[in-house]
Amino acid sequence: MTEYLERESANEAGGVDELASDTNAGEGRRSFLTGVSALAVGALATLAPVGAAIAAIFDPLRRASDERDLVLVARLSAVPEDGSPRKFTVTADRTDAWATYSETPVGAVYLRRVGEDIRALNVVCPHAGCFVGIAPDRSRFACPCHRSSFDLDGVVNDPSSPSPRDMDTLDVEIRNEDEVWVQFQNFLPGRKDKTPV
Amino acid sequence: MRDLLDWLDHRTGYRALLRGALYERIPGGARWRYIWGSTLVFAMVVQLITGLVLWSAYSANAQGAWESVWFIQNQMTGGWLLRGIHHYMAQVTIVLLVLHLMQVLIDGAYRAPREVNFWFGLILLQLVLALSLTGYLLPWDQKGYWATKVATSIASMTPVVGPSLQQLLVGGSEYGHHTLTRFFVLHAGVLPAGVALLIVGHIYLFRRHGVTVPKNAAEKPDGYFWPEQVLKDSVASLIVMATVLGLVLWSGGAHLGAPADPAEPYAAARPDWYFLFLFQWLKYFPAGWEVVGAQVIPGLVLALVAAMPIIGGWRYGHRFNLGVGAALLAGVVMLTWQARVEDAADPDFAVAKAEADALAHRASELAGASTGIPAAGGLAMMRSDPLTQGPKIFEANCAQCHRFDGHDGLGGQPSEAASASDLAGFGSRAWLAGLLDPARVATDEYFGGTAHDRGRMVRFVQRGVAGFTPEVRDDLDKVIMAVSAEAALPGQAELDAAQEAEILEGRALIASEAINCVRCHTFRDMTEGDVGPVLTGWGSRAWMLGMLHDPTDERYYGEDNDRMPSFGADESLTSAEMGLVVDWLRGDWTSQHTPEP
Repeated sequence: MTEYLERESANEAGGVDELASDTNAGEGRRSFLTGVSALAVGALATLAPVGAAIAAIFDPLRRASDERDLVLVARLSAVPEDGSPRKFTVTADRTDAWATYSETPVGAVYLRRVGEDIRALNVVCPHAGCFVGIAPDRSRFACPCHRSSFDLDGVVNDPSSPSPRDMDTLDVEIRNEDEVWVQFQNFLPGRKDKTPV
Repeated sequence: MRDLLDWLDHRTGYRALLRGALYERIPGGARWRYIWGSTLVFAMVVQLITGLVLWSAYSANAQGAWESVWFIQNQMTGGWLLRGIHHYMAQVTIVLLVLHLMQVLIDGAYRAPREVNFWFGLILLQLVLALSLTGYLLPWDQKGYWATKVATSIASMTPVVGPSLQQLLVGGSEYGHHTLTRFFVLHAGVLPAGVALLIVGHIYLFRRHGVTVPKNAAEKPDGYFWPEQVLKDSVASLIVMATVLGLVLWSGGAHLGAPADPAEPYAAARPDWYFLFLFQWLKYFPAGWEVVGAQVIPGLVLALVAAMPIIGGWRYGHRFNLGVGAALLAGVVMLTWQARVEDAADPDFAVAKAEADALAHRASELAGASTGIPAAGGLAMMRSDPLTQGPKIFEANCAQCHRFDGHDGLGGQPSEAASASDLAGFGSRAWLAGLLDPARVATDEYFGGTAHDRGRMVRFVQRGVAGFTPEVRDDLDKVIMAVSAEAALPGQAELDAAQEAEILEGRALIASEAINCVRCHTFRDMTEGDVGPVLTGWGSRAWMLGMLHDPTDERYYGEDNDRMPSFGADESLTSAEMGLVVDWLRGDWTSQHTPEP
């Protein structure tokens, strides 16, 4: 018949030397060397699977974030004339692990007119990543999660607001008279500065 | 430190536990022959570690399984190694299990009071085989898909409950998303939990009864499990790991076939080698007797093995058991060998295997190309690949008359001789040069077998071109360049761009006195008589699609059309199919570096 061992228990065998202390000195040393060898050889045997497992687990860290050019988000005519914000879906090509999607929703922006200009704000709250809503009276942005509050320019307008920074502005370009192109990006939440994800 | 450990020991009693685990007395001392069980525990731990991490990247659905496994294999750091270890350790585990079982039989270690532990071991063996079977399907490639179909079909033959059993296993009447989710929950949930419980029980009972000491061990002093036996076990585990790594490196990693396709045959479908004996065994059972071969006889054999502890108590019982064990092993080895020999001697199997490998390679290449795997999955990707689909469509629809490089597109020969042009390289300069070669125009490479074999084109080539002076010959070469450039073949793009000047010259020469293609053909705005097919855009994708759609259109052969069917107008091919065969003929597919099949 054969011998079994829960290998982990062997690896945790910190108190082994004391336990073996009743044997005489020479035998004790030999036993110690055998024990060290056993652990070393055991560790060597698990090196490849554990190494491959660690490499695979940390694989996401070496994946670069998507770099996007400006994307066409809306026609100018669709942005309200009165300067109130409106939500637009941002669609773009995307590779999600193995799958490639063309023109798939990747996020949303609020667009609003300020004079001749178009301003774009990422809908994601800089506090904890919730989807910021427009307050019912359309006078400000209000986050439904932790009550961050921003004015229509996306600036924090309430001292009790938990958001560490203003809503994230995005670069906008008008092309061919009436196409609104936005440099869509997400930023790390919970920080004072705007750091791209 | 010591205080902390004392505190911990007081709360947990870990020292007594450790002492019990490590200082088990081994009568006669540590031995190499006791390593087998430990190597199996080691193998299971490795499968647990690699399996959990694979789980973190695997997607159990019909449009994500092959795709995520491809991603693990080709894109994740260390993914190929992780999967390779998991794949080959599974196979090594089965070898170790058989060795373990053989040793138990030889040593008579199954006899009282160890019967229950022997049964635990037998159940473990079956759980491990079930793990292998369920794991084989998870990559959702052609090999796993078709091999597993056999297994679930066998389940469906079970008397009375068969069809329901199959439907439960498969998660419906057809293979699909729920087949994968159900196999996955078996593979990564139910079966490992069963294995873990039984291993605990197995080790507990083993500790209760102690090792089965060989007779000659009595003279030697007793030893302890720690550290002497642990060292031997560690060395054995290292050898197991080294073997697995050797297999991974030697094979280049675990294989991943083309995505599962319920509509494409997979003649190379074989179970993994440890099930080959059952595969071979089934060949000997005529229709209606599969249940006997696949369920009744294996069930009886298993019952006999399970009865060994009891039989072993009878006079000569142990010898009988040894005989049964040896006979079973010999039978399995012989059947496995027989299966291998039959496959090796079967040329069709070799062809099927080569085709499967080529498809697997192509699938991986497409997935890794810049276009990637579409959201619809790997199967849709393969189904829209001209290189894979074009030859099949050609063989089924075109090869009755046409050839591709002398064959039917797939490398075979139709029964009827060629009776229309050979379309390999259609649109290229070489193809046109052959058409305009007096020696070749009336052969079966071009117009030989057609109604045009004495037509105006053939006459022009045989009488006109044959008498060209060297200067006109040079002009003709430029005309060939110009007409071939109309095709805009991807494989010729660089050449066309480099020789733009000659092509421009050639375009003008099309209407020259001696050559004068436009006497019969229209080229751009030049035409004298619209008899033959238009040369504007000749051989381009649009031109070829138009030809396939309706060759009797006046832009093509009009009333002079020979036997060419109107595939599009008759709706005998879809526009997608026509696009695939045209793209294939034009060499227009993802990654131009791919050699043609």
